[in-house]
Amino acid sequence: MASILIIIPAFNEAARIAEVIQRVREVAPDYDILVVNDGSRDDTAKTARTCGAKVASHPFNLGYGVAIQTGYKYALAKGYDYVVQIDGDGQHDPAFIPDLLAPVIEEQTDFVLGSRFLGTESYEPSLARRIGMTFFRKLLSILTRTRITDSTSGYQAFNRQVIRYFTTEVFPCDYPDADMLLTLHRAGFRILEVPVRMHASATGKSMHTGLKPFYYMFKMLLSIFVTLLRKKDVPS
Amino acid sequence: MEDFLYTMPLQQQIFALIVSVMVFIIVVDMVRRRKLREEYSVLWLVTSVVMFVLVFRYEWLVALTAAIGAGLPTTTLFLFSIIFLMLLSVQFCIKISKLTDQVKNLSQENALMKLEIENLALKGRDS
Repeated sequence: MASILIIIPAFNEAARIAEVIQRVREVAPDYDILVVNDGSRDDTAKTARTCGAKVASHPFNLGYGVAIQTGYKYALAKGYDYVVQIDGDGQHDPAFIPDLLAPVIEEQTDFVLGSRFLGTESYEPSLARRIGMTFFRKLLSILTRTRITDSTSGYQAFNRQVIRYFTTEVFPCDYPDADMLLTLHRAGFRILEVPVRMHASATGKSMHTGLKPFYYMFKMLLSIFVTLLRKKDVPS
Repeated sequence: MEDFLYTMPLQQQIFALIVSVMVFIIVVDMVRRRKLREEYSVLWLVTSVVMFVLVFRYEWLVALTAAIGAGLPTTTLFLFSIIFLMLLSVQFCIKISKLTDQVKNLSQENALMKLEIENLALKGRDS
C-alpha cells in the first residue's frame, strides 16, 4: 500500500490544532500526520504530540512556506509516496482529503489543488482580496493554459516527484502560490483542481494584513516574471 | 580658474593621503586580526589605493571628470564614492540572501533532527 503523509503547518494554533488533527484522523485513520510547528510561542507542539501526531519544530518562526517545505523534506527522507497538505487553523475541511488524493493516486495528475471556488460553497473573501485573486487567477490560467481558480490555496496533494522537486531551491519559500504553480507547470508537472470547502479563519488572522498585500502583489508579479525568464528546468 | 582645476591644494593632498593610508592600514589590520573576511576587504582596499594614486596623478581625475562630462573633479569623487557605497550594499544584499537561505536550511534540518532524536528515544523506551 502506498504510504501517505499529511502535513499540517501550524503557528500558534494550540487552540485549534487538536481538533484539526482529530478531524483528519477520522477521515484518514491510516495516514501519518506531521505537524510542522513554526516556532510557536504557545503549546502547539505539545498539544499536537499528545494527539499522536509527529511534530517537527522550527527553532524560530520562519514563515508558512518554509514550514511546508520542512514537511516535504521529511516526506522525502522517510520515503512517502504521497503528501497531503492542510492548514493548521481549521480553514480547510479535512473531509476533502480523499477527494484531493484520488486523482494523484490514480495518476491522473501530479499535483492537486483544493479550490474554494469550484462548486462547493465556501466563505466569501473580502472584495479587495477577490480582485487580487481574480487578477492572478486570470494571469495564471493564461500562462499555464490550465484552469486555475484558487491559486492561493494551501490545501494540496501531490506525488513523490513533486515532493522531490519542492525540496530543492526552486521552491519559493516566502509566498508559495501563483509562482509555485507556474514553476510546477513549466517543469512539466500536471496540475488539477478539485472543489473543497474552506471556512473563514476563526481568528481572522491572515497572512494578508497591513502593507503585506502590496508586497504580495509586487513579489508575485516579480517572481512570475523571473520564472518566465528562467530556462525551463525539467527535473530528471 | 584653470589653475584651480589642474592642481590640488596642499591641505587636500595631505588630508587625502592620510585618509587613504589609514583606511588601508585599518583594513589590512582587521583582516590580520580576522575581524574582517578577505572577501569584504577587496572593495575597501581598492578604494584606498585609488585615492592614493589620484593624489599624485590628479590629472587622471581631471581627465576622468571630462570623460564623464562632470563639471568639477569633486563631483567625480562624490559620484564614485556613491557608486562605491551602492556596490557595497549590493554585495551585502547578495550575502544576506544567501545567509537567509542557509539559516532556513539549517533550521529545517535542525527541526527534522530533533524529531528523529525524539523518535529514537521513544523506540529505545519501548524496547
